[in-house]
Amino acid sequence: MSIVEGASATLAAGPEPEPPSVVMARKPLSRGRLIWNRLAHTPRFWIGAVAMGTIVLWAVLGPVFYPIDAFSRDPLNMGMGPTQLHWFGTNNIGQDIYAQTLIGLQKSLVIGLIAGPLGTLIAAIVGSVAGYLGGIVDNVLVWVINLLLVLPSFILLVILSPLFEDLSWIFLTVFLAGFSWMIMAQVIRSQTRSLRGRDFVKAARYMGVPMPTILARHIIPNLASLLIIDATLGVVAMIMAETSLSYFGFGIRAPDVSLGTLLSEGTAAAVTRPWLFVFPAGVLIATLFAVSLIGDALRDAVDPTSGVNRD
Amino acid sequence: MVFYTLRRFVNYFILSAIATCLAYVVASLALDPAAKYYGRNPQPSAHVIENILNGLGVNPDVPVLVRLWNWILTLVTQGSLGDTVGGKSVVAEIVTRSGVSLQLLLLGSIIGAILGVVLGVWGAVKQYSLSDQTVTYSSYLVFATPTFVIGVLLMIGATMLNGIVGAQLITFTGSYSAGMTGSWWDLLVDRGVHLLLPTIALVLTGAASYSRYQRSVMLDVLASDYIRTARSKGRSRNSALVRHGVRVALIPMSTFFAYSFGTLVSGSIMLEIVFSFHGMGEFTLQAITQSDINAVAGSTLFLAVLVLFSSTLSEILYAALDPRVRN
Amino acid sequence: MTDFQSLPAAQGTTRRSTPLLKVRNLSVTFPQRGGPPVNAVRGISYDVHEGEFLGIVGESGSGKSVSSLALMGLLPSSAQITGDIDFDGHKLLEMNDRQLSGLRGRDISMIFQDPLSALTPVYTVGDQIAEALLLHDSALSKQAARSRAIELLKVVGIPAPERRAKAFPHEFSGGMRQRAMIAMSIANDPKLIVADEPTTALDVTIQAQILEVLEKAKELTGAAVVLITHDLGVVAGHADRIAVMYAGKLVENGSTADVFSDPHMPYSIGLLRSVPNMQTAGTQRLVPLEGRPPSLTALPPGCPFAARCPIALDICREVEPLLASHGEFADGVRVPGLDLAAAGTPRDQPVDSHVAACHRSGEIASGRLTRADVFPRPEPLEMQHAVAREAQVPVLTVTDLKRHFPLTNGGLFSRRIGTVRAVDGVSFSIQPGQTLGLVGESGCGKSTTILEILEMATPQAGKILIDGTDIGTASRAERLKLRKDVQIVFQDPMAAIDPRLPIGEVIGEPLTVHGVGRAERRARVQELLDLVGLDPQMADRYPHEFSGGQRQRIGIARALATNPRLVVLDEPVSALDVSIQAGVINLLEDLKEQLGLSYLFVAHDLAIVRQIADTVAVMYLGRIVEYGPVAEVFARPRHPYTQALISAAPIPDPAIERSRTRVLLEGDLPSPTEEITGCNFRTRCPLYRLLDPAAQSLCTTDDPPLVTHDGVDAACHHVDRNRIVDSALVGAP
Repeated sequence: MSIVEGASATLAAGPEPEPPSVVMARKPLSRGRLIWNRLAHTPRFWIGAVAMGTIVLWAVLGPVFYPIDAFSRDPLNMGMGPTQLHWFGTNNIGQDIYAQTLIGLQKSLVIGLIAGPLGTLIAAIVGSVAGYLGGIVDNVLVWVINLLLVLPSFILLVILSPLFEDLSWIFLTVFLAGFSWMIMAQVIRSQTRSLRGRDFVKAARYMGVPMPTILARHIIPNLASLLIIDATLGVVAMIMAETSLSYFGFGIRAPDVSLGTLLSEGTAAAVTRPWLFVFPAGVLIATLFAVSLIGDALRDAVDPTSGVNRD
Repeated sequence: MVFYTLRRFVNYFILSAIATCLAYVVASLALDPAAKYYGRNPQPSAHVIENILNGLGVNPDVPVLVRLWNWILTLVTQGSLGDTVGGKSVVAEIVTRSGVSLQLLLLGSIIGAILGVVLGVWGAVKQYSLSDQTVTYSSYLVFATPTFVIGVLLMIGATMLNGIVGAQLITFTGSYSAGMTGSWWDLLVDRGVHLLLPTIALVLTGAASYSRYQRSVMLDVLASDYIRTARSKGRSRNSALVRHGVRVALIPMSTFFAYSFGTLVSGSIMLEIVFSFHGMGEFTLQAITQSDINAVAGSTLFLAVLVLFSSTLSEILYAALDPRVRN
Repeated sequence: MTDFQSLPAAQGTTRRSTPLLKVRNLSVTFPQRGGPPVNAVRGISYDVHEGEFLGIVGESGSGKSVSSLALMGLLPSSAQITGDIDFDGHKLLEMNDRQLSGLRGRDISMIFQDPLSALTPVYTVGDQIAEALLLHDSALSKQAARSRAIELLKVVGIPAPERRAKAFPHEFSGGMRQRAMIAMSIANDPKLIVADEPTTALDVTIQAQILEVLEKAKELTGAAVVLITHDLGVVAGHADRIAVMYAGKLVENGSTADVFSDPHMPYSIGLLRSVPNMQTAGTQRLVPLEGRPPSLTALPPGCPFAARCPIALDICREVEPLLASHGEFADGVRVPGLDLAAAGTPRDQPVDSHVAACHRSGEIASGRLTRADVFPRPEPLEMQHAVAREAQVPVLTVTDLKRHFPLTNGGLFSRRIGTVRAVDGVSFSIQPGQTLGLVGESGCGKSTTILEILEMATPQAGKILIDGTDIGTASRAERLKLRKDVQIVFQDPMAAIDPRLPIGEVIGEPLTVHGVGRAERRARVQELLDLVGLDPQMADRYPHEFSGGQRQRIGIARALATNPRLVVLDEPVSALDVSIQAGVINLLEDLKEQLGLSYLFVAHDLAIVRQIADTVAVMYLGRIVEYGPVAEVFARPRHPYTQALISAAPIPDPAIERSRTRVLLEGDLPSPTEEITGCNFRTRCPLYRLLDPAAQSLCTTDDPPLVTHDGVDAACHHVDRNRIVDSALVGAP
């Protein structure tokens, strides 16, 4: 697609060249449709979307169709490899790994799906306000962003982990989001600054439209695609952060189960009884792989110059 | 340009200092250094515990800011970061352990960056070719795998390999074989073998993110007008890409280096623990589990200095690569 | 200054020697992911002889640049190219990249539109020129290449070339970068130079300089030049032949004189008639060329211009006409050209004479269809508002407005090292129903001036009065009310409208601020759409469904929503294709008459200002240097800068363009941080250079005030002396 845009860029006549009205189809496509069309022609997107859909369905419906409870012990089958009865095998106290994996997957998905978009929301608000207002507000916010970037967030989360031990996993989710928005906020800020100079925003300002209305009506909608991408890739980052923390014993704690805690339990025996580690790890990787495929396909569809060689 | 870099350095320096202080305060508030003594059997008297805490400078009865001030004062006047709960000097601990960590971190990040840049350029130039697709999908796969999982999977793989070969070909616990004797060469090889798996894991994660980023920067560069100009002067496509394209595409990589550094550090911390290296990662996590405030503050300072160093390095690289920021 | 007659130009359209470049039936198609392919170029053929200057004219999307990139072999690898390109014995389309690299830069070289992005930012200009030399001469030493590069920089008129060769592209101004590009292109004495819109991104005074350098380069190397442009004025003065492209096709090709004086294709006729001409502007209405070019993905059968053509017949919508010669057939019967039979298929004809692709070219050529028949000039609108000129409060009064920006260095501690005097004491006023044209090069402060007015903040110094109310002392509520009276139309219609809102909401947005209800807003939007000539049913459509010209109408409708008294028009047509401009200008003129509007018209195109403005103010470095009634200023400009501006603007008429001499300004616009004592124009002033030292010293010491000379204000000490440049002016009757 961008080939055409590239061509039209060289065709430009005026100092501010008119976009390729002539090269577009008779009834030009809206941006949304255009992005959708590009997505629909990206195999990556379909692979990711179908895989993700399956995984979510599986996490929700899987336990319904599986007779064994995640926490009941099967004294006859302790530390067994995968069998017909226990699809992913059992751990050394006889708990079913398949059932536990599904429960863990649910928790990891929920945390990722909340924390990812939450981080994006914070980024959108901070970034657009800083970029639009400029001046002192901007300086202060940028300084806070830089400070949070310098702070080792992993260590901070670990230090704070005793706090969310007493509280529920919801707090972990909020904390994860709270340490993940800074880079995106910087991107949003610079985008907002350039949008602020765009004529349609200037026009609104000259008409006397108040600042919050301009942000909500003109700035945020024009960054929507960027935000969607960030929220998608944020899901990956958050699931990964959660599993890493839980793996080292600082995230989700018993009796809650997440993929991280499962992997943590499986590591000790990873070499001798690989199923304890490999199956949950496989599910985790498949999930993250699917989401990142979707995110990357979105990015390519939204910003064609990032994806297509135009030489 | 010197002024510019200096200004950025001062800016980062202030940020690092504040970050360290913040970490000290957060650690002091969140951790309870007395708890582990109360859990001991027989329980020491309150007086003994108070003495220990005072000796460490972490008595919760003293206001946090006063403790912070004392900590800074000792740091500035004596160059000391206080003692660990085990009674060792934090500075000494950091010196021994950072050697282990930096080995892994430097080797992993440098090889990862170079490999990533090469793969990224290759992928952009040969866009949509089989090799590009392979690199692309592999990097997604690495992206989708937490660093510690890569580490454990490598361990499983190495064990299987050792089993097939029937010898301890790859050893991976600790940074060297304890009690091993032999010539310096044998010891070096031993360390190298121990470093192999964690370095591979770190290189994989680094190369995956660098190659994606370099590829997209390179694609932007490929579409730029000056590549066309270079070709219109008589450069062939490939020569224009290398002489004009890669040179310009390296500029944003210097910034990306600073951004990705944090991820690399946390990745290497995880790998240290997975592979039982007695490095800074282990030190930090132990410090937190033992509620050792001095050690936590010390390792935060260490990380902040690393960030300071990498940010300044990337600023200098940026200015060296791009004449537009030099004046 | 340049003697055109002495150039080795191809005077003879009769010459039959082997052409240097022979393009035959060239087609370029871009496949699209998820859509039909784009047929960017559809079978074009043309010749370029040695030393010839060919101008390829077309609007955006006509395929003019794509066809030239195809011959350079610089199109993306996904492009499908068919046809034949024969250059000096080489079949270019059959050569691979390595073979082509041997030719590129040595025998064919290219100059690109945007000189900033066309130079690699990380290498010095000198090195980049030397690179062109070293690539084609392995025997050359680096040292020799470097000194040759300095020589080349001197040739193209870059001052202090030794020092400049070591500078990076970002340290060059736009004009200097383009000079460096030209230096690069002539480094190896090419046989052909392809220049793709080389002056489009530049100011008119710099454009004149660059075209002069290009002529000089052509003279030095004896190369043929293919100049691609959308500006008929640019080719009128320089090209020997002109090829007109439309929708991927060559629709007319002939000698410059023939195409301008006797065009055979309705599109060329429309284009020529729609362009405002500085000589006639202001005396008659422009001829609009309605509609927009067809989509290149889904071309209708027949002539691509049929939908916009006022004289289209049924056959035009069914059969696409071929390029054929028509001049010989006085009886108007369309017979496929006699000379074509000898050359084989019609598509393979030697493209040497005057040819056009139109079913009715015969009639046009014979004179049975005159140009006025094809595109009649619309009647002027009746004046509806009798505007009383006296005793009215001006809509806008600006008095001694100043806007300075501090300039800080990037050191350890930001330190103020200077001041940018963006606006430095500007005064003007606009009467109700009047139009003030504000002209000047980019960087002269015209944008900052209108920004100060529209931001409605208290100015740093000076006063802004809207309808007699001082915005500096107005309350918040008063300012909001004043915003109703002043609206703006922006330059780029693509950027001025939020792409995510339906146009009804875009147009109604100003009303929301003033608390107008939904139903009332909707009714007003319908009314406004009708007013600007759009279908009121389209209020729910999104901006991307509209063409550039239509979007500019939407922008105008939005500006009119609150019934303003003054509309600020910031270069309202300069981003539009040439053929669309006339329609928008006519609309603006009509609206002004119907609604009694006042305009503040900011532009760099002098012909358009002359067309629409009543009064003109010329700005230079934050000051107004000349201010007066438009007819008077254009007929007898007092200030040497105004004279230079007028003389630099190309006129789409080869006879005038070639007979007039130009007043060329030296160098670039000085940076507004520079402290220039006395008159700030003297560093570039053509008059200053001709003055005796005594008169010069006045310029160097005293800042000339704006003084009235016969009804026109001019800021020059020597208004009485500047007869010397009078002869340079256009249309001096």
